[in-house]
Amino acid sequence: MDVQALLSFLVGVVVSGLVLGFVYAIIALGYTMVYGVLQLINFAHSEVFITGAVVGFEVFRVLATAPINGYLKLIIALLSAMIISGLLNVLIERLAYRPLRNAPRLVPLITAIGVSLILQDLLRILEGFQGRFDLTYTLPQGFSNTFCGSTSSCAAFGSFLSGIGVQLQIKEVILVVVAVLMLALLNYIVNYTRMGRAIRAVAQDRVTAGLMGIDSNRMISLTFLIGGALGGVSGVLFGLKFGTINAYSGFDPGIVAFTAAVLGGIGSIPGAVLGGLVLGVIQNLIGVTNILGSLLGIANLQSIDASYQRIGAFILLVVILIVKPTGLLGRSNTEKV
Amino acid sequence: MKKSGLITLAMVSALSMGSAFAQQTIKIATLTPLSGGQSDLGTQIQNGARLAVNEYKARFAKLGFNLQLVGYDDQADPATGTANARKIAADRSILAVVGTLNSGVAIPASQALAPSRVAMISPANTANSVTDRGLKNMNRIVARDDAQGPAGAQFIINTLKAKKVYVLDDKTAYGEGLASEVDKALKAKGIQVVGREGTEEKSDFSAIISKIQLLKPDAIYFGGIYNQVGVFAKQLREKGVNAPLIGGDGYDSSELLTIAGEGAKGIYFTTVAAPIEALPAAKTFSANYQKTFKKPAQGFGAFGYDAAKVALQGILDAIKTNKNKMPSRAQVETAIRKVKATGLLSGNVEFNSVGDRKAAKMYIMSVGDNLKFKLAETIDVKAPRQ
Repeated sequence: MDVQALLSFLVGVVVSGLVLGFVYAIIALGYTMVYGVLQLINFAHSEVFITGAVVGFEVFRVLATAPINGYLKLIIALLSAMIISGLLNVLIERLAYRPLRNAPRLVPLITAIGVSLILQDLLRILEGFQGRFDLTYTLPQGFSNTFCGSTSSCAAFGSFLSGIGVQLQIKEVILVVVAVLMLALLNYIVNYTRMGRAIRAVAQDRVTAGLMGIDSNRMISLTFLIGGALGGVSGVLFGLKFGTINAYSGFDPGIVAFTAAVLGGIGSIPGAVLGGLVLGVIQNLIGVTNILGSLLGIANLQSIDASYQRIGAFILLVVILIVKPTGLLGRSNTEKV
Repeated sequence: MKKSGLITLAMVSALSMGSAFAQQTIKIATLTPLSGGQSDLGTQIQNGARLAVNEYKARFAKLGFNLQLVGYDDQADPATGTANARKIAADRSILAVVGTLNSGVAIPASQALAPSRVAMISPANTANSVTDRGLKNMNRIVARDDAQGPAGAQFIINTLKAKKVYVLDDKTAYGEGLASEVDKALKAKGIQVVGREGTEEKSDFSAIISKIQLLKPDAIYFGGIYNQVGVFAKQLREKGVNAPLIGGDGYDSSELLTIAGEGAKGIYFTTVAAPIEALPAAKTFSANYQKTFKKPAQGFGAFGYDAAKVALQGILDAIKTNKNKMPSRAQVETAIRKVKATGLLSGNVEFNSVGDRKAAKMYIMSVGDNLKFKLAETIDVKAPRQ
């Protein structure tokens, strides 16, 4: 095995890890925003996310034969998922968390797990009535093609990409573009608008913000709306990338994204993004450790294969938390008070 | 008490003496799901057995016996199946049972039939423990689960001519067992296994696919179930890997085609359930079946027919050894284990000491360009014991 082949293999692995990382990143934002404002781990977020994925599936299914542009279908899917997941998240907050706002912290956490289980089975029933369980996305033509294939106008760029070992599909490029747009939009809302300032004020001190004339309940609902909408988008992107989802497939990415949020420093928006990307890359690298081990002649690594992906991510989390308990970009709590 | 017992005894002997002069009834039973989700398959087996009984009626009549078929329903449920097996054991005129569809039902049902020595011939059960328990009454005419791995490996070596193979499994007892068998069989033939790993992952196979792209295997074996394998196949093909993907009967679902879509091309799997078109001798049978039941015959119908013919052959042999008199259940049990049935739809049937078919067949199905399953190859498999 020559060095060039090894390098391009590694580049390919890192790039596909980054693509995966963007999905984790925007799921992680849903956790981090709610945590930032309420100090609540919204475990129902993985189901809000998979609801978005189911909405996306339904939109693509209904529009499968409609004579409209594939990108328009995608936009319709994204918007519907944003609206439904966002409203669902607001509803969850109103029914399950608000009545418990002054209860000890453990109580809403347990409620969140309960909501998560209820939503899983609701989705299962909804699709089950139509005789479906594993939902397979019917994507518009061309989405699965390789980005910059040989026939397209950017052939030179395409051959450069494949030369360095990067093989992207159009849908993966869409995924990254949409994720980056969402991140930019969120950054703008939180940091540069009145609404964002109000949300940050509530996050810092709910009571004082109330005294300043900010309706904290409204701001909390708004936070849940934005968090849910991000969840909806990430659900559609997840479906786009992997093709098949079911009512229970939110749990896995949900847990990884939560880990990403903690890794980056929960409550911090750039931290969630960084955590997501790091976890995506780490997972993919651990998945290929056995091959690297055999290529580099390190026998001990050869038994670490793809089944260790998740464990590796969690070991990394533990290490980071020992070294820097607030996470990569987190600030310590005392600053907040 | 003693007196009434004596009277009953007298009555029973009088009755049996009476029937000795009339035509005696011999029944064979089917034990299959006739209601519930799998009733379609169960009815196929029963219908197939009925055609066999109709064919043999005249030969039994010549010997002075009235041959009948009785169908029992197991609802694909072990408890119901066992309860019905006890009813079968209580009906002394039933000499053999064709069934069941599910291994989970066959195991307790054959246990329930064993003390009364009622022979069972299964047209469908594949679990190793169906015969590995060594019951005298349990036989089967399909290949066992442990034949799948070697058959898959044989196909990879002989037909696909692969030199480098990547072996995956889903970390379940089923998938891992299958993949280890293939791994062993490949290595024994000097084929290079370039990768061997398990994954519980259901959606993201990117790391594994990167490795496959690097190692460029000629074939990929994945011991798993269609819903996981379908996603894998889709992502694999999207990344431009076109190496054939092989697995076991866990792939046998049209859902595989839905999930994998275009990615299903180049998928192969081993199964014991042959499609009816795969059986060269089944033309007349198909026509008869269509005429009698007004429905097209399917694979399980043919296996039900074959199993019933083996049972009837065994009973005829037992009648012969008993000098053309009504044989006992024990005699039938022994005769069936020793049966040499030729010219069946699925070939010749002989059992080994535990009731496995000495030479069974494994069928390799493939996914064609029209995204439908079709028969690619038939592989002869030997029972692990002769």
